[in-house]
Parts: sequence; structure tokens; C-alpha cells
Amino acid sequence: MFKISKYVIYDILRSKVLIAYTLFLLAVSFALFSLETDGAKSVVSLLSIVLIIVPLISVVFTTTYFYNAYEFIELLVAQPLSRNTILLGEFLGVAVSMTAAFLIGIGIPVLIYSPTATGGVLLLSGVVLTLSFVSIAFFSSVAMRDKAKGIGMSLLLWFYFAVIYDAIVLGILFSFSDYPLDKVVIALASLNPIDMARIMVLMKLDISALMGFTGAVYKQFFGSSFGLLYTMAIMLVWIILPLIVAVRIFKKKNL
Amino acid sequence: MIRTENLEKHFGKLHVLKGVNTSFSGGEVISVIGPNGSGKTTLIKSILGMVVADKGKIYFDNKDVANDFTYRHHIGYMPQIGRYPENMKMGQLFAMMKDLRKSTSALDEELLNEFHLTAMFDKPMRTLSGGTTQKVSAALAFLFNPKVLILDEPTAGLDPVASEILKAKILKAKGEGKLVIVTSHIMSEVEEMADKIMYLFEGKINFFKTIADLKAETGEEKLGKAIAKIMKREANV
Repeated sequence: MFKISKYVIYDILRSKVLIAYTLFLLAVSFALFSLETDGAKSVVSLLSIVLIIVPLISVVFTTTYFYNAYEFIELLVAQPLSRNTILLGEFLGVAVSMTAAFLIGIGIPVLIYSPTATGGVLLLSGVVLTLSFVSIAFFSSVAMRDKAKGIGMSLLLWFYFAVIYDAIVLGILFSFSDYPLDKVVIALASLNPIDMARIMVLMKLDISALMGFTGAVYKQFFGSSFGLLYTMAIMLVWIILPLIVAVRIFKKKNL
Repeated sequence: MIRTENLEKHFGKLHVLKGVNTSFSGGEVISVIGPNGSGKTTLIKSILGMVVADKGKIYFDNKDVANDFTYRHHIGYMPQIGRYPENMKMGQLFAMMKDLRKSTSALDEELLNEFHLTAMFDKPMRTLSGGTTQKVSAALAFLFNPKVLILDEPTAGLDPVASEILKAKILKAKGEGKLVIVTSHIMSEVEEMADKIMYLFEGKINFFKTIADLKAETGEEKLGKAIAKIMKREANV
């Protein structure tokens, strides 16, 4: 498995797209930090990059990589290697490269300008988001045989989690505002990795008071140490679950 | 060495394999022939585990290969159209395959030398011509000295010299007691190499006979004519 990952990483490094992504993140974060004297404010600005751009790039890069590596996968399947090993090796290779790019691109500036707990949580949530969206992209690329359909499905999933989901949640909150919704709000947030990451960082920033009633609920639940454990557990599920489904489909896939 | 039982495969509505029962043993060259789309490649890919059959079982040395991958240590596969990582150089490809297979048996680099591939080791795979890619596929299939070789239209796209080298290599492998499964459309080539012929038609085995039997049965000298005669006879029944 690690051998496969090694070749995947070699291959990714040769393509230079990843290097461009790293440089882009570096440029954005240095720019944001030099615009603001207060590091915490820049972290908030960086948060929106982490929540929207990082998942988008993770999903698009992973899906295109998977279809471009189709020949390689075909070659491996005829060798004495189990399909689990092949897919997990591919996943590990892509996941390590994407995480490294994120940690260099956002991690280094954060360490220089804002080496606080908030900065740490921002990095943690970014890593977890990268991993879960790589995992989601693996699911859609394994499920769809056609490249265009695979990329389409990946983008749709990203759009759903980044934009549509919040609209749905808002709609639910408005239509049922006469009922006690605190538990429902927490459950709804768990169903979206981007929401979980957002809550993780906002809790550290102490600005949840700005979010009104929901913010109070969040603060009470996610601010506790149980809440933190819960968040981590749910984020882990968001990494592992799509991957397990992908492995299951891949085992029966005709190449 | 390899046995299949009631192999069935659908691709959507298309019923590609309709219950294939067969068995192959070592020291033979088996030629699988049949019209385009008759299920030859699907049969081969099922044996390799690249395609998962809907029903039926495949045994390798009397062991069921479902959920097993270790048996592929003993198989060398040459695909119809070899597709390789484009950014990789030829030398890197060979190094990677050696690294991934962790083969303990001695390497067989005969084809590598005879096709003069080592001289092209620093060429990226995407720049190679179709024929050279076929040579790479062939060299890779034989490299790990497997006891079963599965070659899907091996000589298509090869120049006459390379074709002859490959045919000689196939016959040599057979002499070493290996099982060679070849698909081909070129009857003269089949006649040169094969011991037995399996004719697949619309996902079923139409016949599986030795060349001598086929000729004796039809009274024809040429294999192509013998097969044509059998096909006509079957059509009339």
C-alpha cells in the first residue's frame, strides 16, 4: 500500500498542479496577514478560504487525478495486489500530497503571524476538510465510470455542502421556528463537514455571541469538551465513510 | 491449472458470458478465437480478476480465486491495448513493476533485450508508438517468469521481426511447461502456435478442440477452412 502511495506522490509532484495550489495558498495567506495588524482578524478571513476554496480544490484535483491515473490502476489490478491495497494506496498518496500542500500554504503563514490556539484549530479543521473532501471525491470517481460525470458529481457534492445545505438548514429553521430546535440544529450541522469545521473555528474565536440563539446553543454544546470530542468523531466519520463506500464499489468494479 | 465453472457476465443488458465451462492445463498453447464482441476479452479479464463475474467460479490450481489476489503472482498479462502512466519513463515503469511484484523467482529479461527496450529506458511512455508499447507489454508479461501467460492479441501492431521474436518466445514458454492463453484473429498464426482452439460465440464455447482433431474432422488442410466448415455446419443444424 505504501509503495503505491509513493508512486502516486511522485506522479503528483511531477504534474506541478499541486505546487501551483501551494503557492496560491501561500500568496493568499501572506496577503491577508499583511493587510491586518490583528492576527485573529486575518484568521477569520482565512477561514472563508479554508471553508470554500480548500474543499473545492481537494475535490476537483482528486477527481481529475483519479481519472488520469486510470491506466495506472488498470495496470495494478492485473498484478498480485488486492483491490483494497490499490485504492487505499491511491487515497493515501493523494491525501498526503493535498495535506502537505495545505500545511505549507496556510500552516507556515499562520505559524509566523498567528501562532495561537485559534490558528491551530484553523489548521486542524483545514486538514480534516481536505481529507474528507478527498474521500468524497474518491467516492464519486469510483462510482462514475465516465470522467465528465465523475467531475460533475464531485462538483455537485461540493456545491451542496458549501452552498445548498446552508440554504436548506435556514429554510428548516425558519419554517419550524415555533418549535425547540436546539438538538435539531446540532444534528443538522453534523451532516455537513464544512459546517462542522466552521463551528470548530468559531467556537475558538469567541464570536458565537454574534450568531444569536443558535450561537448560544452551539457554544453550550460544542464549547464543552464533550462537544469537541463529538466534533472530532463526526469529522472522522466524514473522512472514513465515503472511503469505505468507495472501497466497496471498487471491489466489484469492472476495469 | 485454470478451471472455470458456469461463468456468467452481464454488462447492463448485454449478456457477454453465458455459462463458460472450461479447463486449461500447463504445457499448452490455447488459442481463444471468435468474432468481435464474442466475450474473449471479458473471459480473459474475468480470469485475471479485472472483471468480476456475476455468477460462476474460477479455480486456479484448484483454489477458488474469489477474494484472492495471490494467484496473480503466477500470471503474466499482456493487454490488447497497453495503457501506462504517461508521465513515467520506460525505465521507471519497469523498476516500479519489479518493486510492486516483489517477485522471488529469477527475472526473465529475454524479451527486454531482444526488443532492444533497454536502449529506450529514458523515453516517457506517452511518446512511444503503439508497436513499442506492445513490446513493453509483452516484456512485462514475461518478465516475472509466471507459469501462466495470458496474451490478448499479442501480435497486433507488432512489426514482422518483433512478431517472430514473440512467437518464438511463446513456443519456448510452452516447452517449459507453461500455460499460454492467446487470443488472435490471424488464423495462420493460430495454426503456428496453438495446440487447442477454443471458439467463443456469443458468450458460449462453440467448440474446444485440438487442431489435429479439427482438421481430421473436416478433412481440410488449412485451419481457416476447417473452422469455416464447422461454422457452416453448425449454422445448418
